[in-house]
Amino acid sequence: MPVADLGPEIALIAGAIAALLLAMVLPQRRLGWCLTPALAALAVAALWAFAQAGAARLTFSGTWALDGVTFWARGMIVVATALCLTLAPRWFEADRRHGEFYTMTLFSALGAIAMAGATDLLQLVMAVLLSSVTGYVLAAWHRDWALSVEAGMKYFLIGALANALLVIGVILVMGMAGTSDYAALKGAEVSSPLALTGLALIVSGLAFKLGAVPGHAWMPDVAEGAPVPAAAFLTVVPKIGAALALYRLVHLFPETDMLRPLIAALSVLTMTLGNLAALWQKDVRRLIGWSSVSQSGYALMAVAVADLAPRALPSLIWFLAAYALANLTAFAVIAHLRGRTALADYAGLARTQPAMAAALIVAFLSLVGIPPLIGFVGKLGLFLVTIDGGYAWLALAAVLNTVASLFYYARVIAPMYFAAPPDARPATLGRASGAMAVLCAIALIGLGILSGPFLAQAFGGIVLP
Amino acid sequence: MLTFAILLPFAAATLLAFAPLSGGLSRAIAVATAALALLALVVVWAGFTPGAGFQAEMEIPWIPALGVAWRVGVDGISLPLALMSGLLFIAAIAWPMEREVNARQYYAWFLFLEGASLGLFLTLDLLLFYVFFDLSLVGMYFLIGRWGHGDAQRAALKFFLYTLAGSLLILLAIIALVLMTDPLTFDMRELIALQPVAGMDLRAGLILLGLVIGFAIKTPLFPVHTWLPPAHVDAPGPASAILAGVLLKMGTYGLVRIAMQMMRETFATYALAIAIVALISILWGSIVAFAQENLKRRIAYTSVNHMGYAVLGIAVAGSAVTGHEAARDLALTGAMVEMVAHGLITGALFLIAGAFWARTQDYELGHYGGLAGNAPRMMAAMGLASFASLGLPGLAGFVAEVQIFIGAFAIWPWLAALALLGLIVTAALFLGMLQRIFFGDRPPVLDGFADLSRTEIGILAALLALVVLIGVWPAWLLDMIGAGAALTFGGG
Repeated sequence: MPVADLGPEIALIAGAIAALLLAMVLPQRRLGWCLTPALAALAVAALWAFAQAGAARLTFSGTWALDGVTFWARGMIVVATALCLTLAPRWFEADRRHGEFYTMTLFSALGAIAMAGATDLLQLVMAVLLSSVTGYVLAAWHRDWALSVEAGMKYFLIGALANALLVIGVILVMGMAGTSDYAALKGAEVSSPLALTGLALIVSGLAFKLGAVPGHAWMPDVAEGAPVPAAAFLTVVPKIGAALALYRLVHLFPETDMLRPLIAALSVLTMTLGNLAALWQKDVRRLIGWSSVSQSGYALMAVAVADLAPRALPSLIWFLAAYALANLTAFAVIAHLRGRTALADYAGLARTQPAMAAALIVAFLSLVGIPPLIGFVGKLGLFLVTIDGGYAWLALAAVLNTVASLFYYARVIAPMYFAAPPDARPATLGRASGAMAVLCAIALIGLGILSGPFLAQAFGGIVLP
Repeated sequence: MLTFAILLPFAAATLLAFAPLSGGLSRAIAVATAALALLALVVVWAGFTPGAGFQAEMEIPWIPALGVAWRVGVDGISLPLALMSGLLFIAAIAWPMEREVNARQYYAWFLFLEGASLGLFLTLDLLLFYVFFDLSLVGMYFLIGRWGHGDAQRAALKFFLYTLAGSLLILLAIIALVLMTDPLTFDMRELIALQPVAGMDLRAGLILLGLVIGFAIKTPLFPVHTWLPPAHVDAPGPASAILAGVLLKMGTYGLVRIAMQMMRETFATYALAIAIVALISILWGSIVAFAQENLKRRIAYTSVNHMGYAVLGIAVAGSAVTGHEAARDLALTGAMVEMVAHGLITGALFLIAGAFWARTQDYELGHYGGLAGNAPRMMAAMGLASFASLGLPGLAGFVAEVQIFIGAFAIWPWLAALALLGLIVTAALFLGMLQRIFFGDRPPVLDGFADLSRTEIGILAALLALVVLIGVWPAWLLDMIGAGAALTFGGG
């Protein structure tokens, strides 16, 4: 077997085990050191993935694709995971045992990459399950805090249902088509009601990981209750994997009439529901959670026009990158402010913490899609491909939603910038989170302006089979 | 040179945002930057040949995969607007701040806004056009929200939401327009030459509809003008001057550049509808302005009226692909002069309104009276600006409106006759405003009302001198515009 094809993934497993072993021997106050093997593993994975950049082949008996999708999934997920983990040592400083957090996060990242890379339905199920079981633990990590436990519980209950549906869907499709192999399924006649039902169930199972309707309800609770590094991770990383997995799936069935309208409908529902629910939130983390739901809706726009518009894949990839970076920036700011969530806590932040306020404003404006931030290039691509693919009404719905979303982002921005600050200066978490927020905000601007080469690379990306 | 004029204000804004400078020094840097940007534009103007298409061009690839590049250049349409904006920004920045808080950031945002505004007029790339369009919203949002008064946050948010909705519609229309080209290009020159939607029916109509709604929100035209009055009333005076003088022009400029030039056939088909919307705006703006008891609100509504004239001129100019060349040419020239004149005149009026606020924190017309004795210089400046705004011969507004009306009479005589009513109402509302502020009995609280300071009078004198100059000797401006060229081959 060509083991080296899975080099990046194996590096993640090795890093996870190393972190676990280290956590066993370290005293409590040194548990933050587990970050080192984790980051080293992520660096190795990134380099290894980069070395395989040009590959375009199926491997491991056709269950795993080495192609543009996998390359970008590895790249984005590895970087996002590294950023989330950087927040962890200071955040969990007082936690009695958090060495395993690094292990758990790496396994979860592995699951997300595996979702994007899977080219076999059973492989896909394994990946979703790996990403899910680790995710429940991450969400409920603060086991003494009711909100965190509630988040984990809700994530678990919805996840259990969604994963069951996914498995049933896979079985139906397998049973009707006689194979679980993507290469064999490609272009297969999927017209029997049972197979179509199966397909819809698979889509709803992946919608759970994506945070889209109908499996979206966990997102605001996790954003609010999970430890901030985990919340940042769970709202970003599984979404990248799920969106790309869904793209692969839609790409398999160019002839199935039902699939694209279904995705488009889910897209509109998701973005509208997320935005409406976010409008009057008084809790900034919950607000970001609902905004993440609406962003899943935007991501589905590109999935709906997979293969209908030639630029659908690069648009999806760059939108996901933009979303991930902006969301991580927002969570880094929140982590730096020690997880403060009440809207009132943000009044006058521009004067007490100018850098954090600026970073959060840039992150929000990028999520809205204000140029020249990277979020603008991401949304531009989405609008471009949906109009190109004949779904102009979807683009119009996204426009209306974008205007609505500006309203609730402005509800955070306005008091930060216009209101008078409270007397006490807010406590902060330390240098790492502050530096990360500022660097991410700079990247939001810089990568927006320098989108050209990245987009060119994404254009070259192919999707197998 | 054009790139320099765009990027210099951005660079200076970044400097002001991060360097811990004093308020006075920030102000000096801001004024110097604005002056340098205008100087760069004047240099371009010196080498400008009217009627010879796009000039001073430059192109650097940005996102080649989508056909997007940093493209700048000017023609007779964009150069006068850019020059006017450059001048008005100096005036607004040099005008004394109403509330001296956070001077450094105030000037930083103004420079940011200047960069975005100049960029919008100078770019030749549709995507960059959109980028600058959006950036101007961001800059104005923070200026109104942070340094405005009254219910400023609400007004700022309303402004942001309305105009973002408009700008996103424009983005969709731009994308739909660009998708007709193969390979993709956002180059304005190519799009004007290609006329990508010529001969298409419904889709071209929808694209035009998106553009017109988007630009109508920005211009603003009836019935999507409702964000304008609160934004103006609660904004600081200099920001109002920029909002009315520069930002509103982005709507009409977009109508000319994108809707009229890139979709000539489609625009001609629907020109009458656009003209009727313009007519309603003209009448509605003037009548509603007449009923306003708030000084700034009154001036704000006259903007709806005046921009209606400009849009009427544009609709006349684009009403046919061939034929009626002389009338259409005249109307387009008139619309362009109207934009420049409105920028200067209304800019001056809003600065004066800001001076009122700085002295009394009050815009109610009923609370004023008899100020002629206290503030003769203020009366002179406001009188001159008001007369120019109502279209007195010998001043800039007249030059513009007479050309628009001559053009309009040739194409749609009944429509032009109705629009004339707007002129009468406007005259009445300005004269009434002057009368109530400066004549009659002076309320005792206004006894200490100070006349314009030397800085203020200097700035207003520069703006109003140009208004008079355009009024008595408009040839240089008309030459620069050279509208005929813009009608036939896009460049001017």
